[in-house]
Amino acid sequence: MRKDALEMVYEHACEDPRVVFIGSDLGPGVLAKFQAEMPERFFMEGVSEAAIIGMASGLAAEGHIVYVSTIAVFLTRRVYEQVALDLCLRSLDVRLIGTGGGLVYAPLGPTHMATDDIALMSALPNMTVVAPADAPEMRRLMRGLRSRSGPAYIRVGKGSEPEVTSDDTTPFGAARVVREGAGIVIATTGITLHTALAATELLAAEGIQPKVLHLPVVKPLDTAGLAVHLREAQGLVVVEEHVPAGGLAAAITQWLAEVDDLRQVRVRRVGLPDAFPDRYGSQALLLDHYGVTPARVVASVRALHPEGR
Amino acid sequence: MNPTSGTPLDERALALRRRVIDTIAAAGRGHVGSTLSLMEILRVLYDDVLRYDPARPDWPDRDRFILSKGHGCLALYIMLADKGFFPAGELPRFCHFDGKLGGHPEAGKVPGVEATTGSLGHGPAIGVGMAIAARLRKSPARVFVVAGDGECNEGSVWETALTAAKHKLDHFTLLVDHNHMQSYGPTEEVLPLAPFADKWRAFGFATEAVDGHDVAALRAVLGRLPFEAGKPNAIICHTVKGRGLPAAEQNASWHHKSKLSEDDLAALYAALGPA
Repeated sequence: MRKDALEMVYEHACEDPRVVFIGSDLGPGVLAKFQAEMPERFFMEGVSEAAIIGMASGLAAEGHIVYVSTIAVFLTRRVYEQVALDLCLRSLDVRLIGTGGGLVYAPLGPTHMATDDIALMSALPNMTVVAPADAPEMRRLMRGLRSRSGPAYIRVGKGSEPEVTSDDTTPFGAARVVREGAGIVIATTGITLHTALAATELLAAEGIQPKVLHLPVVKPLDTAGLAVHLREAQGLVVVEEHVPAGGLAAAITQWLAEVDDLRQVRVRRVGLPDAFPDRYGSQALLLDHYGVTPARVVASVRALHPEGR
Repeated sequence: MNPTSGTPLDERALALRRRVIDTIAAAGRGHVGSTLSLMEILRVLYDDVLRYDPARPDWPDRDRFILSKGHGCLALYIMLADKGFFPAGELPRFCHFDGKLGGHPEAGKVPGVEATTGSLGHGPAIGVGMAIAARLRKSPARVFVVAGDGECNEGSVWETALTAAKHKLDHFTLLVDHNHMQSYGPTEEVLPLAPFADKWRAFGFATEAVDGHDVAALRAVLGRLPFEAGKPNAIICHTVKGRGLPAAEQNASWHHKSKLSEDDLAALYAALGPA
């Protein structure tokens, strides 16, 4: 997924001379082709995120489209004020490619796990927040962002996720139905789409067929799309690789609380707890440890299903 | 130790200070000390150094100026109004609900303001980005950033110094308003900076020091830019916080003042002599 994001940066740079790339001490050889072909627009800076975001701001203020890439926690927690004031306050065209969103860096511990990135970035006015489920979706979203102005945060997954979003014609920002169903809607963002799809396989045997609604753009939230898909629903299960505060579930329920004609929708959340990760291992092991699993989604759907009560 | 020479203030220096007091009187607040230490630096930049066109604040080849110590914005607003970027009638509405001129400068709201500052340590990095952008489009535009000495406590300033040196930005100039005082007290007590000029040299800047109230000396040093090909420039401007107003000079309690009494104002005007 990261490779796709960076390839899209390269493609964009080939097509638009305003594009520049800034990395923060990334691994050797990253975007080597970009560096070789457009060295004047390729910047590999040091472990100096505050200087990098300021530099990106200055470049964007002068008309450049700036892509910045480093580890997600450093782009979000570490330089929050620079992102807020230097990028968002002026709504500049800077795209933050945050690698290792969620629990990807499980082996590296809590310093490296971006479990609150969506909340932090969503809290900032003018920011667009996207979390693709797989490589094709990353490519589509990166392309879609080209027609949006202002800052954006892109949560990058581990990579090699199964490709489940191919042949998509959904417009940028719109919620998309990945699996048709009725009664219950499962809403996902990022890689939890895979968790939801696995849950629907398990539920099919019981004759329960929830609709899987994927929201790769968390902000701005496609509330119009949600309203359409929730109109006939009794229940909503939100699955997220994120702490409770400020994630997809929080965004949806905050909106839902003020929509009178959707009062019938009962909500369950499957996500990370309000805690720093306390185990290592792998993203998959930690998701399992915290219950972001198909089994938990199944249980939540059953609990909400009219015949499951 | 503050090695300023005590150069007397000329009539323009006094006139600009009267405008500062007029504005503070109208607003009822302002960073008096930080504004007055800056006044000559900004005056020389806008009178003699910067290339700009107030009628075309977005002229691509203009020099960029960023006041990174945004709390000194009164000095900037007064120079921008003096040069016609906006009508001087806006000044009395400083910090007012429906005014354009806030207690820290905002780009996009105030013509001539290039970057939104106020939180310290942001301006230098934004300036570095602008300097790189100027190089990319082969523009002769130069970038000038004024930072405070207390501001140089921020790690981001030094991250940016490394970056500016790496990219050999000799069209980038950082002027430090070294008034030797920060909010709580003397900079050398709060968080020592000395040997300050040596630090900038060690970070790869061609560095000069100057009396920041000596207009002729400022003109001379700024006239020698760039100091050295391939190196960013640092100018340590030794200044006096509150310069020109004895009550405020080097007095930490005048870093920011609100609720100035009629007697305070009368004393300030008196210190500046008859208009």
